[in-house]
Amino acid sequence: MALARCRYTPPSPKIRGSRKSILEYSPSSECPDPASALPPTMTSTAGTWNSGGGEARLGRSPSCLLLRLFFFFSPPSPLSRRAAMSDTSSVSRLSWNGNRDDSFLDYNLLTSMTVSFLQELPSYRSIVRRRTSILSRDKSGGTLLKPASSEIRSYLETGKSEREHLGSQSIRKYALNISEKRRLREIQEAQVKYLSDWDQWKQYSTKSWKRFIEEAKELASHLELWKNDIRSIEAKFGTGIQSYFSFLRFLVILNSVIFTIIFLFILLPIILTKYKITESTFLILPSNEVDMRCKVYPVNSTGLIYFYTYMIDLLSGTGFLEWTSLFYGHYTVDGIKFKNFTYDLPLAYLLTTVVCLALSLLWIVKRSVEGFKQNLVRSEEQFQSYCNKIFAGWDFCITDQSTAKLKHSSIQYELKTDLEEERIRKKIAERTPEETLRIYSLRMLLNAIVITVLAACFYAIYVATVFSQEHMKKEIDKMVFGENLLILYLPSIVITLANFITPLIFSKIIHYEDYSPAFEIRLTLLRCVFMRLSTICVLVLTLGSKITFCDNEECRVCGYNHKIYPCWENQFGQEMYKLTIFDLIINLAMTVFVEFPRKLLVTHCSSWKVIRYWGQQEFAIPDNVLGIVYAQTICWIGSFFSPLLPAIATVKFIIIFYVKEISLMHTCRPSTRPFRASNSNFFFLLVLLIGLTLAFIPLGISMTHIPSSKACGPFTNYNTSWEVVPKTISTFPSALQTFINSITSEAFAVPFFIVICLIMFYFIALAGAHKRVVVQLRQQLAMESRDKRYLIRRLTEAQEEMRNRPS
Amino acid sequence: AEEDFSWFDLTEIELLRVKCLPHTLDVLRASSLYTPFHIQLSHKTQRARAHRRFIELLPPESRNVEDSLRVRVSTEQILTLPELKANPFRERICRVFSTAPERDSLSFEDFLDLFSVFSDAATPEIKSHYAFRIFDFDDDGTLNKEDLKCLVNCLTGDGQDTQLTSSEMKQLIENILEESDIDRDGTINLSEFQHVISRSPDFTSSFKIVL
Repeated sequence: MALARCRYTPPSPKIRGSRKSILEYSPSSECPDPASALPPTMTSTAGTWNSGGGEARLGRSPSCLLLRLFFFFSPPSPLSRRAAMSDTSSVSRLSWNGNRDDSFLDYNLLTSMTVSFLQELPSYRSIVRRRTSILSRDKSGGTLLKPASSEIRSYLETGKSEREHLGSQSIRKYALNISEKRRLREIQEAQVKYLSDWDQWKQYSTKSWKRFIEEAKELASHLELWKNDIRSIEAKFGTGIQSYFSFLRFLVILNSVIFTIIFLFILLPIILTKYKITESTFLILPSNEVDMRCKVYPVNSTGLIYFYTYMIDLLSGTGFLEWTSLFYGHYTVDGIKFKNFTYDLPLAYLLTTVVCLALSLLWIVKRSVEGFKQNLVRSEEQFQSYCNKIFAGWDFCITDQSTAKLKHSSIQYELKTDLEEERIRKKIAERTPEETLRIYSLRMLLNAIVITVLAACFYAIYVATVFSQEHMKKEIDKMVFGENLLILYLPSIVITLANFITPLIFSKIIHYEDYSPAFEIRLTLLRCVFMRLSTICVLVLTLGSKITFCDNEECRVCGYNHKIYPCWENQFGQEMYKLTIFDLIINLAMTVFVEFPRKLLVTHCSSWKVIRYWGQQEFAIPDNVLGIVYAQTICWIGSFFSPLLPAIATVKFIIIFYVKEISLMHTCRPSTRPFRASNSNFFFLLVLLIGLTLAFIPLGISMTHIPSSKACGPFTNYNTSWEVVPKTISTFPSALQTFINSITSEAFAVPFFIVICLIMFYFIALAGAHKRVVVQLRQQLAMESRDKRYLIRRLTEAQEEMRNRPS
Repeated sequence: AEEDFSWFDLTEIELLRVKCLPHTLDVLRASSLYTPFHIQLSHKTQRARAHRRFIELLPPESRNVEDSLRVRVSTEQILTLPELKANPFRERICRVFSTAPERDSLSFEDFLDLFSVFSDAATPEIKSHYAFRIFDFDDDGTLNKEDLKCLVNCLTGDGQDTQLTSSEMKQLIENILEESDIDRDGTINLSEFQHVISRSPDFTSSFKIVL
């Protein structure tokens, strides 16, 4: 049995290599006992290693083990006779389909004894055991590799089947070809007859259940959005670019879900009121505390509207758009009366926003957990980077010849830079103190330049925002169409310009900083992310300061500058709306007016050297991802002030998807610097997460600290919008109230925080311990392999002896 | 009795069953006969696509159902598939999946087998097993330095200018062995390979072919 088992082993466990190394192995060197290398706690914690250590101890007295072996192979033993029989039969069958693995043939005949022995070796077994235990923990359910498909093959050959082994396991998991699988199935089916009715029924039902699940999955896969588009992109350009489009699809789905929630809980009640299906109470008239001045909200002229004002309104959200349900100001309903209860719209409005943000957070975290896990494993295994690049380097999805060529060169580039990085690391270690000092001072200087550039950008955005806010209120009629639009869009234009120029500056600066190539890319990316997201921050802060700042005492009356901003939430929403629209326009314009002419130039005037050198536009994944994360962050910030913004963002992302697809297929070329799918999935979500946290800050401040405007919106009766929550809680039964109060009090929060910290420390300590154990296990594995080689050497010697004796 | 039961008989039985079904559509339904064999191409559409692809490779006169299940297609023809054209490992892939005596042709079953291993549904273990066999250029069951050299050359392209210099290659191979050769015997065996692959985040996403 044991002999037959190894016959098929496609990779008979490294006979060649081990034989070579046997020669190098010096018998004089004592094998240290691996069990003693471990601290006493180890043997108790790592259960699987008890046996490993014990078996390794056997290896210390190889002569005893060899004796056993000889007993095993000696002729009179009935056990070995059977082994010999199956050996001859396997030889004959080898000649029958030996052509299948002709290359192993001579091996299997010559070394079948050694090979079988190899599989019985303790260290080999423990590797198998360890791997399966790891896998079963990961997958939690039977997907672990059956120890070796060779064993299954041997069952196939001998016809003897162990019921529990084949059982109801899915044949799919064995690495066999179809004809072999068919035989396996026959054996399984033959077994079924011997099973009890209950087991048969169980097997049948699990099978049909599985088939049902598969059918359902297949049906569901037809519903998947853009399945074919993404598939064809993946087939042509590989998984890196595919992950960008999957990310875009995720954002479309996320935004449409957010919009659905907003529609159901905010818009639908309003619509029902409008068509008199339900009755609603409008806002209660002002209580005396509030100054009348705060309630004035001058409505713009409703006279003749010129076409160009109409266009301006459409692009900037002013005029007729200001009073539609697009913006916060429209929602002035207080309660909607249904038959039994009153729907509290202000509360619903606030909670919907909070729920949408929480939902986005949970969804992103859930998606990023997988990538985060992989990243953790990878960062632990820093030294595995080469293996990942070599064994998983080729993207088998690629079918496009030019993409394949690009992939070749990018792999070559990556490998070269990695090797160079190693050399640079060595060089850094050898750096003299003067050189170190010089480089550090240079880096300080360059970082100062970076900060200056950033500060200049932020200042420009600040100035532009202030200018645009101050001049916006001027008479529209007196201005030329373009000038007006320019003023309205000034902040957006400045932000876009800053986002366009700074990455160029950063990528130039980084060359002088003398970092390793991989770190260069990462640092540039980090700076760009910072730039992108902080521009929004600056804009929001400027607006916030403009809203709460007044020249004279007037602010005290309402808590905000009611002269310029009678309904500041609307203005805020308009800013976000403008940013969204402008971003879309820029995206479209870049494709139509830059990439397309460039492509035309490159294809038709390729004789000019400059143009050929210039080439087609690169499809750089990080830049594109930053672009859409920026758009999404704006959408999150704006969703409170402009509830329909998620819907606009959905449409926008759909348009961007098609535009990018077209530009990728026709006008762009994939980037020479590849982006790995595993890297990207985590990176995208991380940046998105940063964007989301950024969105929390202005929303939180505006909800809790800036007084809500008294002239419009659902929160006219409250000081700040958040006040609606405590007010609602105060209507709850007293027991619930005390419960909620105690949960939100410091007395609860502080211990809770401490407990969480303790749990975190526990996990950190656990991780550290695991890391140490891994190192020790690694050492032990290396030692055991030395045992193995020693044993093999002794065995081959013994074989030689046996062979020589009869002759 | 079980010993006499060769798999050719079984194929004949299958073919008889298939012959009763006249249309291609029915064959696809009949290929749900294959479902119990648990081909990893679980989706019927994928199987149908594979079958269509295979039929396209056949000469026009044998483009029917019966022949498509019997005839073998030579490696040269398989290599003209657009899915494999740009793949530097295409010859190795055909060799690994072929069940023909000379390892130079693929039957429809081999073809299905190939695409099932490269489909989404295949488990990472199956994928890494076949990846190992594909990367094992001299078919000796371990990845030694020569195999790694061939592998790296396949990755970087065939041209002289794209290949790494010999010192770089030496350094690279040393690094790879440093990372993956757990028992330090100078070669990578299947279990070491699968161990490395299980920690490689890119492998399952990149080791697939979209039909």
